[in-house]
Amino acid sequence: MATLSVCQVPSSGFSFENCRRNALLEAEFVKQGHKLPVAKKTGTTIVGVVFKKNGIVLGADTRATEGMVVADKNCSKIHYISPNIYCCGAGTAADTEMTTQLISSNLELHSLATGRLPQVATANRMLKQMLFRYQGYIGAALVLGGVDCTGAHLYSIYPHGSSDKLPYVTMGSGSLAAMAVFEDRYKPNMKEKEAKQLVRDAIAAGIFNDLGSGSNIDVCVITKNKLDYICPYDIANKKGVRTARPPGRPFKRSGSYKYKRNTTGVLTETVTPLELEVVEESVQTMDTS
Amino acid sequence: IFKKSAPERQYGVHGDLHPQTTIIAVEFNGGIVIGSDSRVSAGEAIVNRVMDKLSPLHEKIYCALSGSAADAQAIADVVNYELDLHCVEMGELPLVVAAANRVRKISYKYKEEMMANLIVAGWDRKKGGQVYGTLGGMLIQQLFVIGGSGSTYIYGYVDSAYKPGMTREECRQFVTNALALAMNRDGSSGGVAYLVTIDEKSTEEKVILGNDLPKFYDE
Repeated sequence: MATLSVCQVPSSGFSFENCRRNALLEAEFVKQGHKLPVAKKTGTTIVGVVFKKNGIVLGADTRATEGMVVADKNCSKIHYISPNIYCCGAGTAADTEMTTQLISSNLELHSLATGRLPQVATANRMLKQMLFRYQGYIGAALVLGGVDCTGAHLYSIYPHGSSDKLPYVTMGSGSLAAMAVFEDRYKPNMKEKEAKQLVRDAIAAGIFNDLGSGSNIDVCVITKNKLDYICPYDIANKKGVRTARPPGRPFKRSGSYKYKRNTTGVLTETVTPLELEVVEESVQTMDTS
Repeated sequence: IFKKSAPERQYGVHGDLHPQTTIIAVEFNGGIVIGSDSRVSAGEAIVNRVMDKLSPLHEKIYCALSGSAADAQAIADVVNYELDLHCVEMGELPLVVAAANRVRKISYKYKEEMMANLIVAGWDRKKGGQVYGTLGGMLIQQLFVIGGSGSTYIYGYVDSAYKPGMTREECRQFVTNALALAMNRDGSSGGVAYLVTIDEKSTEEKVILGNDLPKFYDE
């Protein structure tokens, strides 16, 4: 018997039916008391600020978490986009990394074709259009900053694909702590030194007040003819060295857990000698047989 | 519904988002005034307190965004691009209906997937100042349109205070008052007020800071 088959043109765009199915399966799975593995998330503090109208300072902490576990104590969250544009990433670590790499690659081809440095607005458009296409399933929250022929620009881009353009932005789980610092101390037309200090303090606020953020402070300064990528810019909690292993030498358990002298300041010192009296003394011979 | 929607697993389902803004557009003698508050919230936090929700679609056509920030911005960007192309093809400024219809078409096609409610307003040579609402994919031309969560608080005010054939200045005062009233009563609207006035001669953008907004009996 002849069969009638009708070829249908597939509708354009992505299909998210598997995402919905997976959510249902996961709910069922969890109901039975199991747990699905989760992606590494960077519970993060990332910030950016515009200074003197033609410069950008980006800042980030360096902690990556997997649930309650600190997965990486010194990861880099300031990603390269192009020589004049950098991008901080919060959210799912793999997503921020791959998204910025892809856009960086496309912008490189774009600037090779045009023979110019890319504009920040272009990077913003490409990022937000990609994130919108994936309807929030790419969990990347970004702070995009750079300097181009039209000046310094700073954007924040959310996982669903919306973006804001502001003189100072914060993102990630520590964004509220960092924003409190900016709201207090930001002023227009700051000098580079002031801006760097403000970014340091904003990230430090995230590190100290947010459980998802921690370790060191990375800073990236972009101006028209200079790029400063400083990792780490500051170490918020300096610790004693655990294993002193000189590079190239084999691992040796010679490290010291001791804190440096005067880590805690001595305010007063009193010495009370104990006067002891010998009341009784006895001698026992050792059995050496 | 001006909410920055975060990943669904973090903040509940997509449908949880509600109108979180106040937008308004009004026709006056020879032009239009379009206005919005400036608050963007995600859950408990205000993520942007000075967001300009009035997005240009063309030189003399603006739209006010409400709904999911990502969806509204995506529509505005697409329509802005299409109108630029349309303008080059036609060799003249686009009609406001052309812009409103493009917004309507997208809103209708993706009404299940998207949460966006845009107001389109502008001036063209053929029909002067016009204001359109595109609710759920239906195009309605009105003398004034209000939208967002704050709008429910000011329906009474706009119905009683609107009069046809206002002057430019009267109309601007009307829009400012409406926005101030909505921002006072609605917890998810606030910040500063953005206004854009469009007539034959000019397109004028204006910001009214929080302390310069009119005061009412709101103690």
